[in-house]
Amino acid sequence: MSLPLISVKDLTLSFRTDEGLVKAVDQVSFDIAPGEVMGLVGESGSGKSVTAKSLMLLNPDNAVYDPKSSITLNVDDKSIDVFSLKKPSDQMIIRGGAISMIFQEPMASFAPAISIGEQMVEQLMIHSTMNYARAKEISIEMLTRVGIPDPAQRFGQYAFEFSGGMRQRAMVAMALSTKPKLLIADEPTTALDVTIQAQVIDLMKDLVKEFHMAILFITHDLGVIAQTADQVAVMYLGKLIEKGSVRQVLRNPQHPYTRGLLDALPRLDDLDRPLKAVEGDIPSPLDRPSGCVFNTRCPVSLGSECETIIPEFTTNKDGQQVACLLTQKEEAEA
Amino acid sequence: MNEPIISTNDLSVHFPLTGRLFGEKPVVRAVEGVSVDIGKGSFYGLVGESGSGKTTFGRALLRAAPITRGSAIYNDGEVKYDLSTIKKHELTDYRKRAQLIFQDPYAALSPRMTVRDIIAEPLEVMGLTNSREETDERVREIAAKCRINLEHLRRFPHAFSGGQRQRISIARALVSKPNFIVADESVAALDVSIQADVLNLLKSIQQDMGLTFLFISHDLSVVAHTCDHVAVMYLGRLVETAPTRELFANPRHPYTKALLSAIPSLDPDDQGNPLKLEGEIPSPTNPPPGCKFQTRCRHSIDLCRKEEPKLDKLGDEHDVACHRWKELID
Amino acid sequence: MTVTTNSTTANVDVKVNQKLKEAYFTASQGQLIWTRFKKQTAAMVGAGVLIALILAGIFAPFLTPYDPTIDGRNKDYVYGAPNVPSFCDSNGCSLRPFIYSYNRTRSIKTNFRWVTEVDTDARRYLTFLPEGDKYELLGMTFTTHLFGVDTGKIHLFGTDSTGKDIFSRTFHAINTSLAVGTIGVFIAFVLALIIGGISGYYGGWIDSALQMMTDTVRTIPAIPLFMALAAFMPDTWSSETRFLFISMILGFVGWPTLARRVRTHLLTERNQEYVLAAQLCGASAGHVIRRHLLPSFTSYIIVDLIISFPYMVLSETALSFIGLGLKDPVNSLGVMLQNVTDPDVLLNYQWHFIPVLFFITLVLAFVFVGDGLRDAADPYADTKK
Repeated sequence: MSLPLISVKDLTLSFRTDEGLVKAVDQVSFDIAPGEVMGLVGESGSGKSVTAKSLMLLNPDNAVYDPKSSITLNVDDKSIDVFSLKKPSDQMIIRGGAISMIFQEPMASFAPAISIGEQMVEQLMIHSTMNYARAKEISIEMLTRVGIPDPAQRFGQYAFEFSGGMRQRAMVAMALSTKPKLLIADEPTTALDVTIQAQVIDLMKDLVKEFHMAILFITHDLGVIAQTADQVAVMYLGKLIEKGSVRQVLRNPQHPYTRGLLDALPRLDDLDRPLKAVEGDIPSPLDRPSGCVFNTRCPVSLGSECETIIPEFTTNKDGQQVACLLTQKEEAEA
Repeated sequence: MNEPIISTNDLSVHFPLTGRLFGEKPVVRAVEGVSVDIGKGSFYGLVGESGSGKTTFGRALLRAAPITRGSAIYNDGEVKYDLSTIKKHELTDYRKRAQLIFQDPYAALSPRMTVRDIIAEPLEVMGLTNSREETDERVREIAAKCRINLEHLRRFPHAFSGGQRQRISIARALVSKPNFIVADESVAALDVSIQADVLNLLKSIQQDMGLTFLFISHDLSVVAHTCDHVAVMYLGRLVETAPTRELFANPRHPYTKALLSAIPSLDPDDQGNPLKLEGEIPSPTNPPPGCKFQTRCRHSIDLCRKEEPKLDKLGDEHDVACHRWKELID
Repeated sequence: MTVTTNSTTANVDVKVNQKLKEAYFTASQGQLIWTRFKKQTAAMVGAGVLIALILAGIFAPFLTPYDPTIDGRNKDYVYGAPNVPSFCDSNGCSLRPFIYSYNRTRSIKTNFRWVTEVDTDARRYLTFLPEGDKYELLGMTFTTHLFGVDTGKIHLFGTDSTGKDIFSRTFHAINTSLAVGTIGVFIAFVLALIIGGISGYYGGWIDSALQMMTDTVRTIPAIPLFMALAAFMPDTWSSETRFLFISMILGFVGWPTLARRVRTHLLTERNQEYVLAAQLCGASAGHVIRRHLLPSFTSYIIVDLIISFPYMVLSETALSFIGLGLKDPVNSLGVMLQNVTDPDVLLNYQWHFIPVLFFITLVLAFVFVGDGLRDAADPYADTKK
């Protein structure tokens, strides 16, 4: 069996704030195979963005990583321990080299006073030995590839001259120009209109096929995940609570939270079904529930058991993984 | 259909752009010639993407945006006002009957006022109560309806999550016992699990208080589940309107069809209709001639580029503004 | 399976936590800002020093032993070095602090310059709460001072060219500088509120017109303006009138910066959605201003005011230093600094610089407090998704 492209084990991370040490991510583990699209789903406070930024060591200085956390990047026959990369020159491999990232707000991701083309060229020249002319050639190629009309002219334009959808495409172009093995997409379509969103999703699917690139797709939109991802991991309040193939998780959710999310989603194929909300509110990260993080809102909570015991991940016969006492009990009985 | 509580006829909202001193002053036609009837007691959905003018339309109905042309009649059985020519004292009365729920729960509440004061503000400004006790009573009443814990009334907004803040926002809009509510993207900023909760709350309040809602949203799935009638807007124009089931079962306008097919399905094996739209929404300051959608429509013909389509009535309250809808029935 | 420990102490923690959390939830903006302010050491230290200096200034006539004007001078001890009290010396220790006596001689040997000799055998003991020069405080006349000496006079910071006690002058000067600053800031603030307020609330052409006026006033160069105004002030004016006039000038020249800030705050706040919500209920302009706009920028304006203070004090000091502001015998830090331009003083009588240290401390204290407040007030728009 081949090595996963990136392997995250027991990632635990807290932030030092005025109110104390706030845990943002708690023992998250997952693997992404080369060329695989992994969806990371969660709502606000789930820690999905923080997890993604950890892969590129992009979290702010007040982030405290637990020493047991490990992130291993397997690329070019080398195994790189991401946490051991201390110098900025070493960190280049995870920042724009083998791993690239695109963000939710494309307006905020491009420097406003430098043309888009210049930024793309800068990225290329940092990560390779090519000269300006070659970098410009490749950048214009990438702009064409992502479907931006008049790429040679657009190369010299500034971020404000692009519309929202085009900016997002330009960001994809910039991220892909260094031919990364892993693309991290942090809510890339959330700020876009739904028709533009469809275009960008199509683009990313094509590029995955062409470049054999893996994507870590972070979003709260389960519909987008259904259409793009192979595997999906669900996070709640910093913990990974369910993992599996996209068909498994969406058709046969094992965790009460995943079920709750799916029940709360309005679906076009079933207009008569009432929307069922998940009880209560997401707890503040300062106020993490003891035991299972979801027990305060769980409709099938086992009471004091769920309040005291932190469930571990178990795998069922289909390869689906879930962290839930009740599901594990039912599996055992079945 | 019930007697319309809001009836607009060729409603237009134009914003002048500063710039040229001579010649024709450029305007942004945010809303252009929209004629709809919103039935009393209905949960009326208004969908569109950015630049569609849906927010401006909603605000015009509350006189928070100026009406450049056309009329908008409010008729709740007690009073009847033409919002385009409403006089000051009528407007004061109208404000008691029509309110707005904002999109951003973090910006809509003054951080320096307690929850009780925020909800009580409309009562105090409009002079609807005679004593502090009466105000407190009304505030408690509406807070209970919106499932706000009464103990939380003394807290400040920073103590609450997005969903809770939105409930406070809703309570504020409802405290004056209005008849007509414009909900402008009221669930867009909320997490999915909270969204369902707030939507259910809105529907239960509608039943309870007999309100009419104009529900503005970009999220078609949400609209499909909650609204009984939907209107679709594109670049300030109304392109299609129909009862919800009818619209989703038999969309007639190419834009509506594209919008529906663009929604990602939750079924991984359903790759969806390959009706994805190319191109971008044109700028509202420089709209294309003729039909506004023709630049992205794969069925556009010469006529579409010359003439703007009028709203055709298909019967059963289903209207469409497209020259070729008859030919394009699948 | 991992088991989390569960004990009764956890329950107690939960109860305490609940109270703290409830306090946080019901805390108004002012209380939150104060809590955050308290956590900053530099700001708290600055606040303490500032309060101490302000009180020292207000109670200066009581704290200092002598009248700071010509009437209180020590003719026998001109350009005198500071008398440092001590408890022990070669003759033994005493509970009461004491200073030495001086003999002043002049002879041909010393080129007829007055030379002071310290007589270590003649002690003079400090007295506490003695009667001394008359002074007025809070409208009433007193004669008790905090400390004095049994014979002669005590000069903790030395004396200046005419024998006036620098210690007394310093504290009275702090009071004067603060008073000038207060009046100046007050006038500037009132003007800024009115002009900036109208500008920010109405916007449009009113805003443009008022901003042009503001910018015009801002571009007037300060020194020539003050020189002109100083030349205009007749010498026949009493020092109090001069004092008032200088304060007013500072206020009238200083309002543009504050006005700009007020305008910016109002422009931002006016577009907030909760303001629109109030307007949709038909709230009048007065209501919106009173309940939404004013409270929203009170915290910012307080910060702006505190930061303006040192600029006023600095301006007054600079003016008086170059002779365009207050003059002797009125005491201010600027006036006292005028005396140090003499090279003789610089070389031989360095104690004249002690007021400078107080001045620096005062300005720094203002700055630390202002910065601390600004940091405490700013992160209020937190808890966004």
